[in-house]
Amino acid sequence: MLSNSTLGQYFPGNSIIHRLDPRFKLLLTFVGIVLVFVAGNFFSLFAVVALVVLAMGLSGIPLRQYLKSLKAIIVLVLFTAVLNLFYGHGEVLWQFWIFQITTGGISNAFFIAIRVISLILFSAVLTYTTSPTQLTDALERVMKPLKVFHIRVHEIAMMMTIALRFVPTLLEETDKIMSAQKARGADMESGGAIQRMKALIPVLIPLFVSSFRRAYDLATAMECRCYRGGEGRTKMKSLHATVLDYRAVAIIVLFAAAVVACNLLLPARLM
Amino acid sequence: MPTILETKELTYEYGKGTSMTKTAVDHVNLAIESGEFIGIIGHTGSGKSTLIQQLNGLLRPTSGQVLLEGEDIWKEPKKIRRVRFRVGMVFQYPEHQLFEETVLKDISFGPRNMGLSEEEILRKAKEAAEFVGMKPELLEKSPFELSGGEKRRAAIAGVIAMDPDVLILDEPTAGLDPHGRDVLLSQIQSYHRYRKNTVLLVSHSMEDIARVADRVLVMNGGKAAMFDTTAAVFARGEELERMGLRVPQITKIMNRLRADGYPVADGVLTLEEAIRQLAPLRQERRLLRAQ
Amino acid sequence: MDYLQTADVRFAYEAEEGVTPREVLCGVTLGIRKGEFVALLGHNGSGKSTIAKHFNAMLLPSGGKVYADGMDTMDESLKYEIRRRVGLVLQNPDNQLVASIVEEDVAFGPENLGVPPEEIRERVEEALKAVEMFGHRLDAPYKLSGGQKQRIAIAGILAMKPDCIVLDEPTAMLDPRGREEVLQTITRLNREQGITVVLITHYMDEAVRAGRVVVMDSGRVLLDGTPREVFSHVELLKKHELDVPQATELAHRLKAMGCSLPEGVLDEEECVAALELLLGG
Repeated sequence: MLSNSTLGQYFPGNSIIHRLDPRFKLLLTFVGIVLVFVAGNFFSLFAVVALVVLAMGLSGIPLRQYLKSLKAIIVLVLFTAVLNLFYGHGEVLWQFWIFQITTGGISNAFFIAIRVISLILFSAVLTYTTSPTQLTDALERVMKPLKVFHIRVHEIAMMMTIALRFVPTLLEETDKIMSAQKARGADMESGGAIQRMKALIPVLIPLFVSSFRRAYDLATAMECRCYRGGEGRTKMKSLHATVLDYRAVAIIVLFAAAVVACNLLLPARLM
Repeated sequence: MPTILETKELTYEYGKGTSMTKTAVDHVNLAIESGEFIGIIGHTGSGKSTLIQQLNGLLRPTSGQVLLEGEDIWKEPKKIRRVRFRVGMVFQYPEHQLFEETVLKDISFGPRNMGLSEEEILRKAKEAAEFVGMKPELLEKSPFELSGGEKRRAAIAGVIAMDPDVLILDEPTAGLDPHGRDVLLSQIQSYHRYRKNTVLLVSHSMEDIARVADRVLVMNGGKAAMFDTTAAVFARGEELERMGLRVPQITKIMNRLRADGYPVADGVLTLEEAIRQLAPLRQERRLLRAQ
Repeated sequence: MDYLQTADVRFAYEAEEGVTPREVLCGVTLGIRKGEFVALLGHNGSGKSTIAKHFNAMLLPSGGKVYADGMDTMDESLKYEIRRRVGLVLQNPDNQLVASIVEEDVAFGPENLGVPPEEIRERVEEALKAVEMFGHRLDAPYKLSGGQKQRIAIAGILAMKPDCIVLDEPTAMLDPRGREEVLQTITRLNREQGITVVLITHYMDEAVRAGRVVVMDSGRVLLDGTPREVFSHVELLKKHELDVPQATELAHRLKAMGCSLPEGVLDEEECVAALELLLGG
């Protein structure tokens, strides 16, 4: 079923990572992702991996859930890794026609795979430990300076909250409509690309119609609950930084320094 | 009457092979005769939705079989669409599936997928519209201009138009007002009488089931807990209540009177029947008093 | 003046040009007292949902007046205060929850009102406990049943500390279990917290549980009284496309045949008792 995806899933909890200020978490994740790209050799990459593992461990969320998040992109990881296998120089280990695998290729493949996996895990730590509302709240606060340019920061954040809330609902609805049309003999599994696109019309139109209906209802419900934009609004989970957040920053800075140092002092890439 | 639809040890497990396996339908054996009107009851999560979706091949059983006129519907998986034309399915809130420019085109969607000729499609669509009491002038309108009740009818017509041998309806009256419920149920009933096909009706309204069903299937925990004549099922009021189900109010009243020693039959299903039984009792009592 | 008071309210939705707008409400005068539990009945198009949206200034009358707790709904400056005091719960439980986590959704109302964070927490906790959903505070709404989602919607209103809750067919899309959960919740809120409840419904067995039943037809009030009074008009209700409980109808039909039975029998207990008195006594 479509609705079983782990996309943007949140696991409530009270771990150190859960308790971090979402704004800091957002920024720290960003820094983490930058470090993934900055890491230029296996030593610095190892520092990045250590950081991810530390964050995962502190989050208190079972490893199983993280593995699940990787399941969705495993094909992508393998694909890029295999592609990279054929690039690179060094001792030739195996050769066929124009393809050749070198020691450099193998190290490239591993390097890329670890990079992609670290990226996914960094974002998984963020989304698993931060509720969508907290996340959008954080974004709203981080983007606040953009108000100067007349960007409606609150509205954008509210739209994201609602979008995230309705993803599972609409997935479920798509499932239902597809079943209903299949029951009327709609054929969505065969035919060429154009035919398949055509076969989607009986699903997409009802989906749009129902989204409009839901939007209308939701707007009514929000007005009934006294919603009037961002002015004068308070937040139950108000954002304020604690000692914890500054400790987290210190740790990240240390790791960043380690990554940079490894990059500079150690050989560019292991063979 | 010959058997039209049969299930043999029919089972469906969600998330098979993972740690979260949930058996929604658990070794169900049923035999439904051609021309029967079957009521299906059971609380949410009892497996009735999964069951009916297996009957028309929308879900493939994880084990066991569904036989349509004696033949396994998954014998040739490529031809499963043919089964869906023969076992029509009206989902809950079917009006959410409307998409065409006109009501007529929408009703024609099923017959067109069957690959019928244009005349045949038109004939079937118009006939189906008539069955659900759709006024001819509405056929050229956009389905989105119709009222809630009319939309519901148009959507049901879209399934009836495929002229299925078995028609499954999942709570067709949900969300309608009492009058709308009453009219729609009568239309389904007269459609069944005219076409003499088999109808399976899933409903939470015991009063509706009591009114129309010949036999009732009670689903509980993925199993077929009861499958008997309507009167026999509703005579087992206490068992039903333990499954979180009710009996029609009128049945309950008559069951209570019977339990208190009054000579009334068990499993009384309709108001008319109750009155037929109670009126003579009163006569007797008046005679007694007169003596 | 009563807590909710309408005086000769008329209303027509805006129509396209050249079409005369059809009046949905044709002069409704209705008073609902503080602490009452009123069921509002009527077939589709009778105007019952339209009047509900007038109670909290979501719709404004084209003629006549609506007062909520003495405040005129036409007064723009009072709009939010009225909506805080008179909460509205809608039919589709999926479409009225805003946030992806239960407790964050319940907090939405008080956040809009600018309540301080600490107090929002208290209110959310209290509201979730009142609808018996505190254990689900960290769940995602889409994982809950219809009845549970509807209770979350009620909690979202409760967190604004309203005096009155208007529910527009809150049980229409629920299964019997969900219906019962919602009904028990609102009955308890009415009894224990003295919250005024206006329940719009198609189900007669729900209306029977209210203290007062108002029946609307063609934009007017057709009947208004206790459930017993209203359900003694079996013929009139049927004529206006409404149902009565089977127990009520059985007693009514037998009475019409000359049996000495009371009018306005409401449920099976009353019906059995009356029949046993008639047959055995």
